[in-house]
Amino acid sequence: MSHPDAQISSTGPLLLRKRPPIFLLVPAIFVAVCMFIPLVYLFVRAGQAQPDQLLELVFRPRNLELLWNTLLLTAGVLMICSFLAFPLAWLVTRTTIAAKGWLTVLAVVPLAVPGYVMAYALLGIGGNLGVLSQLFGIRIANISGYWGAVWALSLYTFPYLFLNLRAALMGLDTSLEESAQSLGYSRWEVLLKVILPHLLPAILAGYLVVGLYVLGDFGAVALMRYEAFSYAIFTQYSGAFDRIYAAWLSIMLLALAGMFLLMEAYVLKRKRLASVGSGVGRAVSPKPLGAWQPLAWLYVAFVFMASIGMPVAMLGYWLFLAPPDISVFWQVPVTFMHSALAAMPAALLAVVLALPLCFLSVRYPSSVTRLLERSAYIGYALPPLTLGLAMVFFALQTAFFFYQTLGLLIIAWTIATLALAMGPIRSALLQMRPSTEEAAYALGYTPAATFWHVVFPRLRRAVLAALALVFLFCMKELPITFLLAPTGYSTLAVTVFSRTTEGLMAEAAPFAAAIVLFSGLSVGMVLNREAQKGAR
Amino acid sequence: MSQSLLGQGGVEIEDPRHSPEVQIEVNQLTKLFRQGERAAVNGISFTLHKGDILALLGPSGCGKTTTLRMIAGFEQPDSGQILLQGQDVTRLSPQARKIGFVFQDYALFPHMTIAQNVAFAMRHLAKRERPAKTRYWLELMGLQGLENRYPNELSGGQQQRVALARTLAAEPDLVLLDEPFSNLDASLRETTRNEMRALFKRSGTTVILVTHDQAEALTFADQVGVMNAGRLEQLDTPQHVYQYPSNAFVARFLGHTNLLYGDADNGLVKTALGDLQIEPGVVGQVRLSLRPEDLHLSPAPTCDAAARVISREFRGHDYFYTLEQDGVQYCVIAPSHHCFDVGSWVNINVLRGGSVLPH
Repeated sequence: MSHPDAQISSTGPLLLRKRPPIFLLVPAIFVAVCMFIPLVYLFVRAGQAQPDQLLELVFRPRNLELLWNTLLLTAGVLMICSFLAFPLAWLVTRTTIAAKGWLTVLAVVPLAVPGYVMAYALLGIGGNLGVLSQLFGIRIANISGYWGAVWALSLYTFPYLFLNLRAALMGLDTSLEESAQSLGYSRWEVLLKVILPHLLPAILAGYLVVGLYVLGDFGAVALMRYEAFSYAIFTQYSGAFDRIYAAWLSIMLLALAGMFLLMEAYVLKRKRLASVGSGVGRAVSPKPLGAWQPLAWLYVAFVFMASIGMPVAMLGYWLFLAPPDISVFWQVPVTFMHSALAAMPAALLAVVLALPLCFLSVRYPSSVTRLLERSAYIGYALPPLTLGLAMVFFALQTAFFFYQTLGLLIIAWTIATLALAMGPIRSALLQMRPSTEEAAYALGYTPAATFWHVVFPRLRRAVLAALALVFLFCMKELPITFLLAPTGYSTLAVTVFSRTTEGLMAEAAPFAAAIVLFSGLSVGMVLNREAQKGAR
Repeated sequence: MSQSLLGQGGVEIEDPRHSPEVQIEVNQLTKLFRQGERAAVNGISFTLHKGDILALLGPSGCGKTTTLRMIAGFEQPDSGQILLQGQDVTRLSPQARKIGFVFQDYALFPHMTIAQNVAFAMRHLAKRERPAKTRYWLELMGLQGLENRYPNELSGGQQQRVALARTLAAEPDLVLLDEPFSNLDASLRETTRNEMRALFKRSGTTVILVTHDQAEALTFADQVGVMNAGRLEQLDTPQHVYQYPSNAFVARFLGHTNLLYGDADNGLVKTALGDLQIEPGVVGQVRLSLRPEDLHLSPAPTCDAAARVISREFRGHDYFYTLEQDGVQYCVIAPSHHCFDVGSWVNINVLRGGSVLPH
């Protein structure tokens, strides 16, 4: 029995690959297109330079100076972060130090203090009008410039390095260390030859996150008046109004961020064998501290006094000992509502757009869907100041009706946070077995009905987590807000920044406190996720 | 199978035990996962009658699950055809096929209760009819009282029955089972298997089962298809596949076997174990498969014994021996009421003629 149809119906496998449904593909392609808007407009604006002007712009000696300053800042922050994070991570994983749980929580709390609030607190310490001089009569120079920026950035970014190191130290296969020890290597040699190479991926991942924060940070650098790329872009844009040069500086900053990413990928590729394996033998038995105990606690006290005690004490001083006029406090709820009213639609939009992207990349893996998913990271990787500036160019060039509207700010925030929203949704989808969806198909349900009945109900927690992450990010976001918020629309972050630049420390305090309190929620979420990871 | 008596030129007469209605027919099904690579499924064809149970048996990676997923519509074949009750469903989406699928991991919806899981399958029924029908299926599966539990609150065996209830509640034309018993522990596996087989037979459901467990295939199915490297090596009744394997792979995969060589002439083969009877008409060098239980051991004095016991394994109701005779090793399964020591001398007698394997 031969069926003639059998021959006709046979086509190449490429045509027969499982095709993603249209209701997922259309929004995903829309998102990918949106992600390229800032990039395109940045280059369009930069391309408007005259040829002779172009050479002068690109090869201006000042660019080299800015590059050097930025690299110096990054190196300084990484050094201080290492000093703050390494011993702490070691203490909570490998020693018998008391209250490990609390120390871990405290090490994550500084994430609640945005860089510009950290800078605000540091600026209030020294100088004639500073707290030290007012309260104790101690005169020290104003903390600003390079070291001010380094400390402001380090004190709030070191938790990222700490969390990476802690996870890697806990996941390290102890049998590797033990076999090295049994081969006669000393503890110091084991650390250098076995432990550090295995920690390398975690260290690099932590350094990358911190490095990208340093490049992208604008508030702390601007308040400390340190001439890094982001500060220069800001002064070019707001002071000199040289937008073509600002665009070129943004492109240089983007190239630097790209270099960081490539460098990490390159080092990790060559060190493939050094990556942490999944095999977790046994938990290491923690070593007693012995005579090191006092030194360890001294160090722990310094870390937390600097990262938590200092900003809290400074805010406390401006709120209670030298408070501003009571009318300032009344402005806080209104400003808070301003921030929240823009952050809420951005969170909703980011989650709605993240859903099809995640579902597509997890369930219909192909080179096309991978590309669509990756495109969402453009917005996250773009330094926020660059993204904000590009959106200004976009509005001025193409969508002028959008300029100075809340809509533009919301869209820019969505582009910046889409990858953030994808995190929890993607991992929830990955945990969901595809067989449950196939079971629904076999029972006669269409892809759309299956998504609605079977997939979406189980994503509820992930969707809530994504909403909260984006919302909290937007609540404390500064550079994009600063560039795109309509004139007169003052959010918490912008208020703190502009009042601090004018030296109105007390008048900024209630707003900074509101941000810190609210960001505490986001830290709670990070801790919650860490706890879930630990439980798994 | 019997050939036509009336000389109608090669028309096959149906086995009278089966109803004549063909439920599914698969023609030259082929699937390549990557161009240029070996086909995962390579030209598989078979026909299954209504109410029959077919087991696709093979080692992991032989393409049996891919075949099942193509029949269900989760994978698209690169060529070939699937006919369900005579209708070509090859290009239909899974939801249009009316084929039930029981997943290896059961794929119960974790956010729905047991009753909701089963009711979810009843799209063809009006909403008000669903609760009664749900109760019916749950009672049939012995799951009454568990309606409001969630899947994670059930044992593995219970989850398995819910998965089956959900699949049957959709009243499919064909039920596909993907290693359905592999997640159950050994004690539960046998009872569940018997219960399910009885249920399928009672309801006249046509079933295709995929497994790598030969005992499961032999006890559960009416037809066993042995697969290897994407091809269907042999398709026949369990007894026939076991006793007359079509090649060495099938012989080995269905249990221990002894492969012998010899010269055939006039229905007799001269082998190292003596002259054995085979089907007449085969001449020349042949290869035979002899099951270990078809050999018998008898004690013998050292001087005229031919074989020596190399190892012995006690398996409860029998012994599994490895013997050596003239430098060749043989395996024998013998009842446990007599025991030969390792190193002792015995004679091997053949109880039944072997089956000839093609070269």
